[in-house]
Amino acid sequence: MPLIHFTERGLYCPRADVYIDPWLPVSKTLITHAHADHARPRMGSYLSHHDSVAVMRQRLGDISAEGVRYGEKKKVNGVEITFLPAGHIPGSAQIRLASEGEVWVISGDYKLENDGLCEPFEPVKCSHFVTESTFALPVYQWDEAGNVMASIERWWQQNSAEGLCTVLQCYSLGKAQRLLHALSQEIGEIFVHGAIHNTNEALKTAGYKFPHAQYLDASVDGKRLRGAMVLAPPSAIGSSWLKKLKPCKVGAVSGWMSLRGTRRRKNFDRGFVLSDHADWKGLNTAVLSSGAEHVYVTHGYSHVFAKWLRSQGYQAQAIDTAFGGEDEDAEQDEPANPESN
Amino acid sequence: MQAFAQLIAQIDASSGTNAKVAALLDYLHQSSDDDKLWCIALLSGKRPPRPVRSSLLRELAAQVSGIPLWLVEESYHVVGDLAETAALLTPTNEEQSELSLSELMQELGALRKMDDEAAGAYIRATWQKLSRYERFVFNKLITGGFRIGVSQRLMVRALARYLDEDPNTIAHRLMGAWSPGDVQFEDLLRNPRPNENLSRPYPFYLAYPLEEAPDQLGELGQWQVEYKWDGIRGQLICRKGKLYLWSRGEELVTERYPELGELDGSAWPDVVIDGEILAYKEGKPLPFGLLQKRIGRKKPGKKVQEEVPVVLKAYDLLEWHGEDIRHKALRERRKKLEILVDQVNSSNILLSPKLEVETWEQAAALRTECRALAAEGLMIKHLDGEYKTGRKRGEWWKWKVDPMSIDAVLIYAMRGHGRRANLFSDYTFAVWKASELVPIAKAYSGLSDKEMAEVDRFVKRNTIERFGPVRSVQPELVFELGFEGIAESKRHKSGIALRFPRMLRWRKDKAAAEANSLEDVKAFLRAQART
Ligand SMILES: [Zn+2]
Ligand SMILES: [Zn+2]
Repeated sequence: MPLIHFTERGLYCPRADVYIDPWLPVSKTLITHAHADHARPRMGSYLSHHDSVAVMRQRLGDISAEGVRYGEKKKVNGVEITFLPAGHIPGSAQIRLASEGEVWVISGDYKLENDGLCEPFEPVKCSHFVTESTFALPVYQWDEAGNVMASIERWWQQNSAEGLCTVLQCYSLGKAQRLLHALSQEIGEIFVHGAIHNTNEALKTAGYKFPHAQYLDASVDGKRLRGAMVLAPPSAIGSSWLKKLKPCKVGAVSGWMSLRGTRRRKNFDRGFVLSDHADWKGLNTAVLSSGAEHVYVTHGYSHVFAKWLRSQGYQAQAIDTAFGGEDEDAEQDEPANPESN
Repeated sequence: MQAFAQLIAQIDASSGTNAKVAALLDYLHQSSDDDKLWCIALLSGKRPPRPVRSSLLRELAAQVSGIPLWLVEESYHVVGDLAETAALLTPTNEEQSELSLSELMQELGALRKMDDEAAGAYIRATWQKLSRYERFVFNKLITGGFRIGVSQRLMVRALARYLDEDPNTIAHRLMGAWSPGDVQFEDLLRNPRPNENLSRPYPFYLAYPLEEAPDQLGELGQWQVEYKWDGIRGQLICRKGKLYLWSRGEELVTERYPELGELDGSAWPDVVIDGEILAYKEGKPLPFGLLQKRIGRKKPGKKVQEEVPVVLKAYDLLEWHGEDIRHKALRERRKKLEILVDQVNSSNILLSPKLEVETWEQAAALRTECRALAAEGLMIKHLDGEYKTGRKRGEWWKWKVDPMSIDAVLIYAMRGHGRRANLFSDYTFAVWKASELVPIAKAYSGLSDKEMAEVDRFVKRNTIERFGPVRSVQPELVFELGFEGIAESKRHKSGIALRFPRMLRWRKDKAAAEANSLEDVKAFLRAQART
């Protein structure tokens, strides 16, 4: 009997009686990271990296959660469980499960590039690799993040010069902190929407620092927004909240912005291609360096990527899950924030 | 090429029309006259026939990126644009091209005569010299399909500002047959000699749909009411005894319709008539479906001419004895048109009648009978109005008949193109035949962006089977489809074809079982036959 089963509640390890990122309520879970499509409410217990616990407590309320460090070994019913860095967002982990010589790695979401904020991705050897495939098409090739940050800053400067506020749409967990970490503080003040502020507060308890992020609450004088940068999640960009920031330019930062059709459809003033997921090359590299013979593809263009991997000699199959990926907006990472101003 | 690619990128990135016009104006200021002409031609759809087959582009993209063709194909389904797919697949580089747009277009002219091997070598070599965005623009140019978010109207606005001329004058100068190879910017736009171009048509005046009750328009006596014929809009020009027929798509179609093109114009004054090319037999218009047999044929044979003869229903006169009379009131133009039609005395040029109505109620009653006449509704035109350029509000209204409608179930979805790339936006709908769902129509318009995103999510989560870009989905969602006509069709499994199907409403209140049956749909066919 294989170590991991694909069930309608999610990935399941019968020997340890734990589910990994399940989408229906179960008693015991291992959570790769705190994004809403992986860490869902109403589970009996949660085991994840410490940083994910901090964010999950803020998002899911009073939960029974335990944190571990990267590389720390846990034994459950003879199954060895280890969380290893996935480089996706703070606290994100690949989960390694080993028992009787069978080794599985469940990648969660990952990227290979070091973003300087979260612990960089670490290849883990295994016989069975469960990979995501959000951007698993050869048309997705990311430019270096440094170049993208530089073009964001140039655009911000231009807007500043015109007395406009610069608004960037980004997920409130992961992308927002990555931007806060990388953007220059020389150009102007940086404000964040309430949902991002709350995430920052949670991450601060885990030791992260965002000294330049100012909470954009009602007390902030509108004049200070001229020339400033405001980070906000998709839910806020689509709402009347945005009106208070005008006159402004609105850009989006996402891997989906690499397609012209998406850029045009979303009607942003600018689209910047920057993702916390691996691109085509990254996914192929990760699969190769896992050394796995069996690959299970979830979360995205799973059927196409599995077919490609089979043509490359892997035993690969697509697994339908309830993770985001194929949906552009699936990684809705915050429940609509009631106190967002 | 660099400047042109930059222009396209700017237009692409900006949502407002002012920013687009500013980008165009910038380009006009900085580029040579030859480049300007090419830019105008390309952006207004006057492109040379495509030099390269799209299958060659697919093969090259596969070769250069080292991935199999099937994966190029899968990528294309998601990206929704082959030129962009190829640009994204090929490796990035930092180069930018020094070639000017007109030089590049000259090279592309030569490309058409090359065999696949030579063309492939040229394209691969050029790709290496271009940045990713330039490569996208280049691929667009070599595959022909160049459509970006610039309307003719914006181009005209930018040119009018650049040349300090009236936009209507510019719009007229851009009309008709010209190509960047055989005209100078100077002669075409700055100082055109009058009557140099005998075939040049006028820009069409287009009506706005009437959404409110017509009595909002005031006194009926100020308006001319006509049928809205269901054919193709055309302009028949006679100058110096020679005839030219233009379709609204700015295509010269003189030879396609010999009934009009071969009339003897030697005794006619110099005139330009605006009207509808209409399939017409034994004193009655034929349904649009039949005219379709003529539209694609460059040189129609005797048989099809006998089966589907066409006439021009003339409704306006734009030029009279060589003089542009568009600024005159409709009532005056109409008088001259009546004189002309009488004088020409041809059974192929018929006056579109003014309808004798005294109240809006009478007009409304006539409108309900339009279908029997193969008309789409009524046209309402202000008698004092001049003939304007393009779609303008206020003096010309189209008041179409209400569509027929049915409730149908979504069964297939396909990823869209352009703005709808990577979004399941093209749908196939079915109705019940006993316990089976039979496809009845495809539709992709009528939903809001928000609704479309919602359907997209449904499709991704309720896929049954995948066939390339198409997915079959759980038959759960019901939509009210509107359509303008219905005809029997052997090509369709359902045995019928709907004309202009579109989504009127998402019927979230209905379950699939409550959708209409094929019998219900066929009832429309019988009803139509009775009238
Ligand atoms: Zn994630
Ligand atoms: Zn995810």
